Amino acid sequence: MKARVHVSLKPGVLDPQGKTVGDTLSRMGFSEVGEVRVGKVIELELEDGLEPSAAEARVKDMCEKLLANTVIEKYEIELA
Amino acid sequence: MKSAVIVFPGSNCDRDAQMALRKVSGQEPEMVWHKDANIPNGTDIVMVPGGFSYGDHLRCGAMAGNSPIIDALKAHADRGGYILGVCNGFQILTETGLLPGALMRNASLHFVCKQQTLRVENANTGFTSAYKSGQEISIPVAHHDGNYFADEKTLDTLEADGRIPFKYVGNPNGSAKDIAGITSANGRVLGMMPHPERAIGGHEGGSDGIGMFESLLQALTVNA
Repeated sequence: MKARVHVSLKPGVLDPQGKTVGDTLSRMGFSEVGEVRVGKVIELELEDGLEPSAAEARVKDMCEKLLANTVIEKYEIELA
Repeated sequence: MKSAVIVFPGSNCDRDAQMALRKVSGQEPEMVWHKDANIPNGTDIVMVPGGFSYGDHLRCGAMAGNSPIIDALKAHADRGGYILGVCNGFQILTETGLLPGALMRNASLHFVCKQQTLRVENANTGFTSAYKSGQEISIPVAHHDGNYFADEKTLDTLEADGRIPFKYVGNPNGSAKDIAGITSANGRVLGMMPHPERAIGGHEGGSDGIGMFESLLQALTVNA
């Protein structure tokens, strides 16, 4: 089983990287681009046979304790 | 004044911290490896030094904030012990929850490395009694992620309770309220991005940082 964790800055937290990417895209002629936010994706290989709900609870615990800093970041968990 | 410096893989200001503590206290600081479980008994002040612990992987200070020594550091804080976290040390202290908020990428996205003017906002702390409130001092900064962030409520509490001992004069990184350093509610834990241990009267960048170590010595001697 795999878990994919998407970590990104919370709404309202200024994202200087996203802003720079957005500015560059618009300078390159991609005028349809509005706000850009840069995040990260963390893929975790989990042992087989885990109940999805149990796996999700464990990954949530990992996010709270290490994978995300919930002062500034939010996260979404995807199991596959 | 019995001191200790925690050393993580990737710390690079641990020797500067050691020299500053040795110079002011006249006692040899204990260098504590991050995988150790204990800080020596009777330690008055623990420094969490600057650097790039674990290569800044994931987030600055995220891995170090979960190192084996951190439980002992939290116990030291619970006992009312002093802790000084500088630069990466400040990032680590926010990751452990010993200090509120977080340090984000500099607003300019550039690494800043220069002499920085700070204003002493509160000289009534164990770290700042050698200065005067309102005094301006020059301390080096060198960081990529020093942009202090906290929610409005936290910022208001920090300001109202005198927990912002240093502010930048000419904000180099986008920090909320020009914050250069903050203390814990009991005033015993200080995290700051500028490097006082690099300004202790040698060849390296002035001597305005030595007041911090003299303040600590004074606080610990009075309490002893």
